[in-house]
Order: sequence, then structure tokens, then C-alpha cells
Amino acid sequence: MSNMTIRQFVGQRRGHGGRWHWTDIATWIWLIGGTILMFGPALWLVMSSFKSPAQLAEFPPTLLPYAQETVMVEGYDDPLPLYTARLEDGTTAELAEIRRIGTNSQMVDPADPGTRIDVNIADRTPIRSIGFATGNYVEPLVANDFPRFLWNSVFVTVMATLITLLTNSMAAFALSKYRFRGRDAVMLLIVATLMVPLSVILVPLYSVVNFTGLLNSLWGVILPTVATPTGVFLLRQYMLTIPDELLEAARMDHASEWQIYWRIVLPLAAPALAVLAIFSVVWRWNDFLWPLIVLSRRELYTLQVGLNSYAGELNVQWHYILAMTVVTMIPVVLVFVFLQRFITTGIAGAGIK
Amino acid sequence: MVTAPLTLLARIVDPPLRLWQRWTGLNGMAAFFLLPNMAIFGVFVLIPLALNFVYSTTAGTNILLRDRSYVGAEQYARLLDCANYLEPLTCREDQFWTAASNTLVFVIFQVSLMIAVSLITALILNREIRGRSFFRAVFFFPVLLSPVVVGLIWKWILQRQGLLNLMMVNLGLEPEVWLNDRFYSFVATIGVSTWAHMGFYTLILLAGLQAIPKDLYEAAEMDATPPTRVFRRITLPLLGPNLAVVLVLALIRGVQIFDEVFVLTGGGPGTSTLYLTQYIYEVGFASLLRNPGLAAAASIVMGAVLVVLTLAQLSLSRRSERAGER
Repeated sequence: MSNMTIRQFVGQRRGHGGRWHWTDIATWIWLIGGTILMFGPALWLVMSSFKSPAQLAEFPPTLLPYAQETVMVEGYDDPLPLYTARLEDGTTAELAEIRRIGTNSQMVDPADPGTRIDVNIADRTPIRSIGFATGNYVEPLVANDFPRFLWNSVFVTVMATLITLLTNSMAAFALSKYRFRGRDAVMLLIVATLMVPLSVILVPLYSVVNFTGLLNSLWGVILPTVATPTGVFLLRQYMLTIPDELLEAARMDHASEWQIYWRIVLPLAAPALAVLAIFSVVWRWNDFLWPLIVLSRRELYTLQVGLNSYAGELNVQWHYILAMTVVTMIPVVLVFVFLQRFITTGIAGAGIK
Repeated sequence: MVTAPLTLLARIVDPPLRLWQRWTGLNGMAAFFLLPNMAIFGVFVLIPLALNFVYSTTAGTNILLRDRSYVGAEQYARLLDCANYLEPLTCREDQFWTAASNTLVFVIFQVSLMIAVSLITALILNREIRGRSFFRAVFFFPVLLSPVVVGLIWKWILQRQGLLNLMMVNLGLEPEVWLNDRFYSFVATIGVSTWAHMGFYTLILLAGLQAIPKDLYEAAEMDATPPTRVFRRITLPLLGPNLAVVLVLALIRGVQIFDEVFVLTGGGPGTSTLYLTQYIYEVGFASLLRNPGLAAAASIVMGAVLVVLTLAQLSLSRRSERAGER
């Protein structure tokens, strides 16, 4: 075993090609195993979300969703489920079931709808093919309070992100481009509160929100989250790199301070604003503990709180929960597919989350 | 298109702001730009921070301060009253001590696992492999998922008819009801939270690895330095600041663990996965005999731990910075 390859494994990159070394094999086992472990659980959830309730209760579960085949038989309004049945004379036939009475199943040959055949239910097996129970998605979308939750989540996410971008960028502008007394103190205060997580101030924050009359209102979810120290910090660091000469030139041309902020600094800070916007969308979409506390009226629940309440019901309807979880995942998966690069560079640069 | 109303709004607010600027000068403008953020910040962060101490010295079930009575340090006394601190059940507030000791054990195992797994992954992603950016993204995927979704995904896998039991049966083993078992539930909370967050720490460590100058390794190669020593003498020390950040961030997050565990196990079975934040939530809001004062006192105790951890991070990173200068 050569020293070179181990060194490359523990310390740095593999610099040259050549034969496979055990560290290469270990690397690929880790990467492929990791890929399965990271994506597998979510994929399993997506596949399960297309299964019918009966299929979800089966053990062992199948990997893919299956649906029982049905057939239209003359003289019956609804499609009838198809079975392979073993008849009394020992032959098998594909029959459609009309109804089940006790351990007996009344069946009919689709080609010959006139004659009924009685079969013991032990002697029939359903004919299934891959099929998607799309009802899991459609039914909650039209019937339950799910659309409400979805709308609440969208509203909270969009509003909180817009307000975050505006207020944080204004504060960052003041902290990076003006010299005034107490500026360092303000900055220190903001950075210090990075240490104050929500879970430490739950009780008094609830009392403040209660006092301001925002309890059981979506604004009670939005407002406490928008003055993010992370956002102010990130934007300030970026705005510090914008040369002051640009601002001076604009002042020569009688631009107001507001115009300088709006027409010069904001467009130049667009990359940082984009990173903060992505973060804010993911944060607010995923928020759980605070909405759980502030919102006690069901019609105000966000998706996360709604999902939790469905999962906590006595009679858990997994087929709906799985489908709604998938819907909840969609925006985040879109962010992952299209914007993941911005987030990873943001984290690597500033260590924020 | 989307920006049209915004542009209009920006134009409308300009004339009054010009007046304000002429009247108060640049200092007044600085105040104007700071005001919205600092007002929200003050009302929803600073005031609650101060109020927390007030709440922790009062008693009653009502959240309104005027309906609460001052009791001094009684809530703290109740919280810390213990016959034997190593045995949570001998304490007056046994739930708090159970939650605290659960959190301690959880943090020790979860943070060790987290650092081991993300360090290995970062070292592997630092090699020149095909599709590196793809794999970097792969490990980051669960970080974006909401904790509720994470909890539900794993609850679905660990349930009686779940994927894990399918694998157990295929391997010829007995299926289990994992989340009904105290030990397995505890292990599940560690594994699931590591699964969900390791990508974040991997990124920080990977950034640190990529910042290490390559010529150091080339020099070591020329001297035929043994690889283990290269790792100990070059990689680890130069990765030090990033490792310190990862350690403390993981500790801080670990102490506050709530969302995914709450959805996955609900703190159970029994109190086997009851952690501090859930204790605060239940005492302050969820239980019938809610006690906001006690919850505030508990959250101050937890906050003190977090402050100590953060200060430790600051001094650690300062020390490693100084070491880097030398």
C-alpha cells in the first residue's frame, strides 16, 4: 500500500489516475451509500404517497404503488375489481367481483355478464398493475382544510421574506454607509442577539405577541421572525464592499439619500439580497415551533402545523398525510434543484443557516 | 412587471424623505433607515429578553403580567430542588431533570456522530472525484427539508409496516415497532437529526479543507512524510477553526433540539426522548397546569448554557486565529 494514496485520501485530492486503490473503493461506497441514504427516505415517501389506504396497510410493503385492475361490465354502473379465481373444477379464470357476502364472493365473467359464479374469498387473488392513487392528492386539495394551510404558508413566507429584505437592507445600509454615534453599539447588539434563539424567549415573546393583539393572526407568526440578525449582518458585509465614491458622485448630482439606497445600493447588493431571499423563504416555509404556539385556530395553521396536527390525530390517515408531505416538500425541492449553489456558497462563506 | 408597483412606491416616499433629510441631515437619515428593523427587533427580541427574567420571578397560570404574583426565586428553587442530582426522579421537578439529562446524553452522542460523519464526508468530497458538486449537493438535500417533513419521513420508515421492517424481514430478522421502544426511539432521534443536518456541517468543513494551501501537501510529499502525520500536522491544525465552529454550532443546535423529535416521537415513549425545548414548550403552553414562570426559569437556565457555549466558541476561534498567525 503506497503512502501517496493514503495521504491523498486523508489530506487532499487524488492528483493522478492509474489503478484503483482501496481508498477509491471506500470513497465510492461512501458516496453511493450516502446518496441512497440521503435521497432514499424522501423517495420512499413519494412512492408511498401514491398508494391506496389498503395498500399502505400491507406488510411487507411493495416498493412501487399498485392498483387493482377494474373492468366495466355490462349491466353495472361502476367498474368492478378484477380477480384471478380458482373455480370448483380446478381451472382458473379472470372474474370481476360484484359483491362480497361473508366468505363468499359473487363474481361474474366480464365476457358473459349473465351468469353469476360464487367463489370462496380464499380462492381469489386480485389482479394488480402499477397504478397511482392520485386521489390522495386530489381529495385533500378539494375537501379538507389543506388549501387553507397551503395559502397560509405561502402568505407567511412571501410577506416575511419581503419585509425581511426591506428592513434588513435598510438597516444594513445605515450600518455600512453612515458614520453616527452608537453605530458600533447597534452592530454589537445585533450580533449579540445571534445567540438568542427562539426557544429561549418563548414565554415572554408569546406575552408580547398577545399584548400587541397578534395572537391567532398570521402577522404574529411573521413579525417576530423578520428582524433577522443574520440578514443584517450578511447584507452589511456585502454593502461594505460597495465603494463610497459611487454614493458621493450621486450626492453631487443631488440624489436624495433614499434614492441612493433604492437606485444605487440595492441593485448593487442584488447577489446578497438573493442569498438572503432564498434563506428566508426556506426558513419561513419550514418554521414550526413558533407558528405552533401562536396559532391555535385551525383555519390559520400553516402547512407544518397542519401536517403535525394530522399526524397527531387518533385515526391517522397516512395516505393523505404522505401526499400533503410531498406537497410541502415541493418548494424546498425546487430551491434545491435550481438554487442550491447560492445556498452552499452562502454557508461556506458566512457559516449561516 | 413585478417591480412596477415597488418603483412607484419608492417614488412616492421620496419627496417627504427629502424634506426629512433637509431637516435632520445624514444622522436623521441613518435613524430613518435603522428604525423599522430596530423597532421590530426591539419589540420582538430585546423586550422579550428582558421580560423573560420578570416572568421567571412570578407565579400563576395566566400569561398577563398584571395577573401574576411576584415570588422571587421560587421558580428557580423549584427547578433546582433535588435530593440527588444524578437521579432525576428524586427531584421536585423531575421532568426538567429528565429532559436535561436526556439532552446531555443526546448532545454527547449526536455531536460526536455529527462531527465524525461530516468530517469523513468533507474529506471525501475534497478529493478530486467525478461529479463532486453533485455529491456535495446530495448530502445537503436533507438540510433544506422542514423538520416536520423530516420527522414524518422517518416516522413512516420506522413504523410497523415501514421500510426498515421490510429490510429486517428480507434479512431474516424479526420486525420491531421501533418507536415504541425507549432505546430505539432515543437512537432514532440521534440518527434522524444527524441525517437532517450533517450536510450543513460538511459544507463548513469542506470550505476549511479547500482553504488549506496545496503547497503544504506538496512539500510534505517531497519529504515523504507519513500520511497519518500529514493529517495530524497539516490537515487537523489548519482545519481547527472550522472544526471549532462546527463543534460549537452543533452543540448549540443540539441543546435546542425540538421540531423533528416532537413530530417523530413526541418525546416518548414515556419520557425517553423528552428534551429541554419540549419541556419548556409543554410547561409553558401545552399542559393543562401550565406554568409560564417555571418555563421562563427553565429557558433562562438553558440560555445560560448556550451563552457559555457561544463564549467558548469566541475564545476558541480567537485562540486558533492567533495560532494561525504564528
